[in-house]
Amino acid sequence: MRIKLEKRREPSVAMVVTTPIASVLLTMLIGIVVFDLLGIDGFKAVVDIFLSPLLVSYKWQDVAVKAAPLIIIGLGLSMGNRAQVWNIGAEGQYVIGALCSAGVGIAFGQTGGFFVVLLMIAAGVAGGGLWAVVPAWLRTKFSVNEILSSLMLTYISFQVLGYLVGGPWKDPNGRNFPATSPLADSQTLPVWPDSTVHLGVLIALILPFVFWVIMARSEFGYQVRVVGSSTTAARHGGFDSKRTIWATMIIGGAMAGLAGAFEFVGVLHKMDLGFPSGYGFTAIIVAFLGRLNPFGCLIAGIVLAVTYVGGQMAQTSVHIPNSTAGIFQAMMLFFILASDILVRYRIRLIASSKAAGV
Amino acid sequence: MSPDFIIAAIITVVGLSTPILLAGLGELVVEKSGVLNLGVEGMMLVGAISGFAVTVYTFNPWFGVLGAAAGGALASLIFAVLVLQLNSNQVATGLALTIFGTGISSLMGLSFTGRIVVPFLSVFPDALAKHEYLQLIFGYSPIVYFALIMVPLTTWFLKSTRAGLILRAVGENDLSAHSIGYSVIKVRYAAIAFGGAMAGIGGCYFSMVITPMWAEKMTAGRGWIALALVVFAGWRTGRLFAGAYFFGILMALELYAKASGFSFLPSQFWAAMPYAMTVIALSFISSRGTAGANAPACLGKPFLPST
Repeated sequence: MRIKLEKRREPSVAMVVTTPIASVLLTMLIGIVVFDLLGIDGFKAVVDIFLSPLLVSYKWQDVAVKAAPLIIIGLGLSMGNRAQVWNIGAEGQYVIGALCSAGVGIAFGQTGGFFVVLLMIAAGVAGGGLWAVVPAWLRTKFSVNEILSSLMLTYISFQVLGYLVGGPWKDPNGRNFPATSPLADSQTLPVWPDSTVHLGVLIALILPFVFWVIMARSEFGYQVRVVGSSTTAARHGGFDSKRTIWATMIIGGAMAGLAGAFEFVGVLHKMDLGFPSGYGFTAIIVAFLGRLNPFGCLIAGIVLAVTYVGGQMAQTSVHIPNSTAGIFQAMMLFFILASDILVRYRIRLIASSKAAGV
Repeated sequence: MSPDFIIAAIITVVGLSTPILLAGLGELVVEKSGVLNLGVEGMMLVGAISGFAVTVYTFNPWFGVLGAAAGGALASLIFAVLVLQLNSNQVATGLALTIFGTGISSLMGLSFTGRIVVPFLSVFPDALAKHEYLQLIFGYSPIVYFALIMVPLTTWFLKSTRAGLILRAVGENDLSAHSIGYSVIKVRYAAIAFGGAMAGIGGCYFSMVITPMWAEKMTAGRGWIALALVVFAGWRTGRLFAGAYFFGILMALELYAKASGFSFLPSQFWAAMPYAMTVIALSFISSRGTAGANAPACLGKPFLPST
């Protein structure tokens, strides 16, 4: 018997849907085994990380607040990935977006209200988008690999953050701690009564529909898919692949900037060195686990938010380090990437070819 | 500038250049075989903790370096199985390896936090290693000499050996190499494992020589600089060596700026310099088209033989 791969004419829809679910389940299963081997109660660790945040109702708001940036950034990145544009600098665009938002807030002092908050969020979107202009420009003008340039810009953005919060924007009443002064109440996003769920969470729930309409129903979405499948096909179809690079890169950056602005205006209310929390990197997993589909990103964002919240819970309950959630997240990505082959190929078992005289 | 200062500066530059030189050489060989592994940062971290842990247990830094190489190579094999056996997307799989390496290294490092080892410094007698001038030649960790020896060795391997020729053939045209009977998959496995081992040794330079202790994410993005270095060098070992030392000088400037407080510019400016310079250098090199011309033709593409 021999295993043979047969290319499918169309990607298998059944596999597109089932493999992400199987990846999560497989990650949980392996997690139990590995943690037991490490001498930690594996079952309890996995239940804490993957299920507890869903079972205890007071953790739901944490999941929602953590899912929002992951969904928003994941949506932008998945559009780029569809066009084979690899923006992995979303973390930097997220930080710069939040900084632009903070800049507007500081400029207005204690003045707040609807328009100021709106302006802060718009600044976040613009900042994230502009930070992504650099890799887009370098890629289209000098054919610089955007993976490296967007990542280098992420490290630069951390230094920009460090400079601003430790220097010109430092809170004068902050005991010399590198952080901005907290926002006035009138400069923050409205929250659901008695919770931490801010308006950005609602927008994170609406955006997948918007992205779905763009990707599935608009000419731009069609162009993105054609450019992603093959540049020659795109050229024959009269599509400009450079324009697609520009558009998807900027949309990716703008989404990351929006997420950063929401995190700042809706959750943290001040900027400090702890602001970059890895959402921009985790969103790459969200995009892939969601199979680059807007609704997939919505679900994947929630799943990864659960592992974040669960990871923190497991830290206290079974005393595993915070980084454990990261291992689970990476494992999910490994499995989803490994299972890609099932989407594109059919696996056939065929009789040994020796008999045929080969 | 006193001679003491210049000597200290050179030693600092060598120390900063060594990890990226090692990881860069490894990645260069990987890319020459047609595979793009973005997991360098993750493999370096796994190497850093593996090397440190082995040194703690065996009290022997030589075993530590071997452990780091083994750790990095093992981590790279996860990537190899996925991209070679299952044809997964190389960019995404490499990223996953970095995320995984970051997580697994901090889990492994949990029981080693706060411990220190004897730094793996020069093995030459103090008369040479601590001598005012001779320390410029004899005052380094054996890992530094290893990195320097690996530069001509890798060049020789790629240019003048049969195995190197096969490796380059696989990277330039995998289908032809396959059709004349070479195992593309086996060659790429070997290249990826070599890249992992070199990244691992580069990583352990942080935990065994520079600090010498373990800290989470201690490689601080150097894996990504090593990746940029390969493009920067146009996939040539000689230029990679020059590039590694150029970046070493930039990173030394940052340290100097922080320590001396010469602060007409904020220290963050100098910290951002290596990254900014990488982007600028990549732009120059890519715009001349030479980067594209020298890139292995099959870089990043899955190997799909028809039979």
